[in-house]
Amino acid sequence: MHVTADRDVCVGAGQCVRAAPDVFDQDEEGIVLVLRQQAGDDRREITEEAAAVCPSGAVRLT
Amino acid sequence: MHEAVSFPQTRTCPLRPPHGYAELTAQGPLHRVEFVDGRTGWVVTRHEEARALLSDPRLSSDRADPGFPKISPRALVVRGQPPSFIGMDPPEHGRHRRMAISEFTVRRINALRPRIEEIAEQAAGRLRAAGPPADVVAHYALPIPSLVICEVLGVPYSDHEFFEDTSRRIARAGSDEETAASVRELAQYLDSLVEAATKRPGPGLIGKMVREELARGEITRESLVSTAMLLLAAGHETTANMIGLGIATLLEHPDQLAEFRADPDVVPGAVEEMLRYASVADTTGLRVATEDIEIAGRLIRAGEGVAIPNGPANFDPAVFPDPDTFDIHRGSRRHNAFGYGVHQCLGQNLARLELRVALPLLFERFPTLRFATPAAGFEPRRPDVNQGLDTLTVTW
Repeated sequence: MHVTADRDVCVGAGQCVRAAPDVFDQDEEGIVLVLRQQAGDDRREITEEAAAVCPSGAVRLT
Repeated sequence: MHEAVSFPQTRTCPLRPPHGYAELTAQGPLHRVEFVDGRTGWVVTRHEEARALLSDPRLSSDRADPGFPKISPRALVVRGQPPSFIGMDPPEHGRHRRMAISEFTVRRINALRPRIEEIAEQAAGRLRAAGPPADVVAHYALPIPSLVICEVLGVPYSDHEFFEDTSRRIARAGSDEETAASVRELAQYLDSLVEAATKRPGPGLIGKMVREELARGEITRESLVSTAMLLLAAGHETTANMIGLGIATLLEHPDQLAEFRADPDVVPGAVEEMLRYASVADTTGLRVATEDIEIAGRLIRAGEGVAIPNGPANFDPAVFPDPDTFDIHRGSRRHNAFGYGVHQCLGQNLARLELRVALPLLFERFPTLRFATPAAGFEPRRPDVNQGLDTLTVTW
């Protein structure tokens, strides 16, 4: 699963970091950073949860 | 033509949203409603449509728009006081919100844990000294978030009685004039803190915004005051409501309270369920359509107000089976207690941490904590304000 995040859309709610802390992070300004652009099967569930709880639609999975 | 439904409705039990909303959710996702100014609009009562609309850019948060839903006798806009970012739309909204989010990242909030534990411990000491019996709202639920948000923002806690009272008067104002008078009072106070921070470096988010965004001309002084006012009010009041309701809801469910006490691992999930069940800010999701929107077979016309309350979405049986049951093992974080979309609560991670610290600590320090007066005696608040308990007398 390929993980991207739109830093222009992000509102810094931090929900992705809570759901999948080894896939996402926030920079000093609070905006999303993708730590792993490929999420394997072991992280599929938490990454999908991160996308589901993202309030702004910044997190995209393909 | 469907008959207009009643919204907002007064709670029958202050611990949870009105039962009348469940009937609306069962009937359909959108309902015609008449707001207090006589305009007709919509209320959205299902989770799926609520989330779709809360993330729809064709809905605006501009309170100055004449179609913005008026659900309260208090004023939506006060002359001379610009909106805070909750009243802005993208891209202006994002520009203002981003000035504040660095203080609320998951990492920054997690680093506050030891300090919040210390604050909760001191509050527990003061509660003990005040009773038994004692009001757990006045001595515990309110002082913890109030002191925490003071430290985050850089507001002196010695002024807490003033800003707690003024915030309460703003929320519960009965007319435009009452709202304006209290807003001006709080704005003047916060402006004096901004003034002080321009002369020598000030603490917290206010100090940071004065040094950075105000100094660079990215925000006006009036807008900075509006941001501070929003965060100060939202930061102490909603969390205090949640701590109070969380205590009462756990006391009402002794078996789950026993588990909550015994197993720290259930605390985060229990807090999510408390947030869902209490839905304290269940009338905050208000928008006005800027274009026609077709959804669920209905047509929202441009200019119509849309109320998207959190409570009905959080009790939608399609997402939360058996929604009336409080269940700390529900295991769902998809509630709308903090709203949804770009306006989702900025302070939610702080609120969660405060709840995760304050609730277990209270029940640990007071193992025999119980209601001093029957829970049935709780008075619900008027329906247009954030819900909570004004007092909760406990004994131990």
